[in-house]
Amino acid sequence: MAFKLPELPYAYDALEPHIDARTMEIHHSKHHAGYTNNLNAVVDGTELEGKSIEAILSNISKLSVAVRNNGGGFFNHDLFWKVMSPNGGGKPSGSLMSAIEKDFGSFDSFKAKFAKAAATRFGSGWAWLVKQADGKLVVTSTANQDNPLMDLAEVKGTPVLGLDVWEHAYYLKFQNRRPDYISVFWDVVNWEEVAKRFQD
Amino acid sequence: MKHNLPELPYGLAELEPFISQKTLEFHYGKHHQAYANNLNKLIKDTPFENSSLEDIVKQSEGAIFNNGAQVFNHSFYFLALKPNGGGQPKGKLMDAIKQFFTSFESFKDEFSKSGATLFGSGWAWLVVDNNGKLSIIQKSNAGNPLRDGYKPILTMDVWEHAYYLDTQNARPKYIENYWNLVNWEVVQKRFEE
Repeated sequence: MAFKLPELPYAYDALEPHIDARTMEIHHSKHHAGYTNNLNAVVDGTELEGKSIEAILSNISKLSVAVRNNGGGFFNHDLFWKVMSPNGGGKPSGSLMSAIEKDFGSFDSFKAKFAKAAATRFGSGWAWLVKQADGKLVVTSTANQDNPLMDLAEVKGTPVLGLDVWEHAYYLKFQNRRPDYISVFWDVVNWEEVAKRFQD
Repeated sequence: MKHNLPELPYGLAELEPFISQKTLEFHYGKHHQAYANNLNKLIKDTPFENSSLEDIVKQSEGAIFNNGAQVFNHSFYFLALKPNGGGQPKGKLMDAIKQFFTSFESFKDEFSKSGATLFGSGWAWLVVDNNGKLSIIQKSNAGNPLRDGYKPILTMDVWEHAYYLDTQNARPKYIENYWNLVNWEVVQKRFEE
């Protein structure tokens, strides 16, 4: 079955004023759609057809760069839309908050570490909060459309929160001011979804 | 040694309609300037403090390389653009393009394709090797062909910041526009030097 561009769980303008409608529309209907179409084009009719995206990514070192780039782009954007919400922001609670406090000292020091990873990723890429195999939470970043599910990632594990720092994610509204984009991201984080991914 | 941006030989509005004034204000005034500011801060009290920009590009690593190469790359890019540019090169450069790419059109296609298919942020380069052979190479992020022993003569920025305000996700449209701005006299001079 071909991969399908997921619908956004909210309207294009729902994240205003933090992330603008035009950015959301192009990001979803052009960039994410492009990765999805390109992924299908390289997977259809091969032995990868019908496999889950997670299964493909976990074996990515043995696959083509087109699968890596487009498969990563397909997965990453799907996660990104879901970990944001018009009713987002604030802080996590429960076991996720306990784990953040245990592994980073405090919620604020986690936020600072994540923001720094996002700000210092040179070129295009993503910042991640990752749950490692032993349950420990770590912050990392990856280049381009790589992610921590890939067997070639430096830091591997389950991504529970991701922030797109490709310039296309923020350039129409923030231009060169990536740190301003990172700071509004905290107002739209869907911590319930992040907690769900942490507990799964 | 302090590294400064070159003065641009054209006004920021003069590349319109192919590259907007707003894009150049950010690209030259903010991005390029920030790389130069960062570089000047980073090299202080390091072995690169008095190095030429070219030596920094060839020898440094990490943040000094990223910022130094981005100063070089952007200067190299902006200085080979001009209002009412485009057309075709002449003389020895044109002869070499025909020799190594068959025709100017096929060179253009290959260079455009190199820019369009560079995944993520980076640059497409036309370079000359030690034997005078021309080739096209892609470099990610701040990558620069001086490190591989090539002499670069033309570059095209395909970081999204180079075109996103003007053409958004349509990188090929930016590339098509770029051909109307290339200053072939500058490229010919670099080739013949």
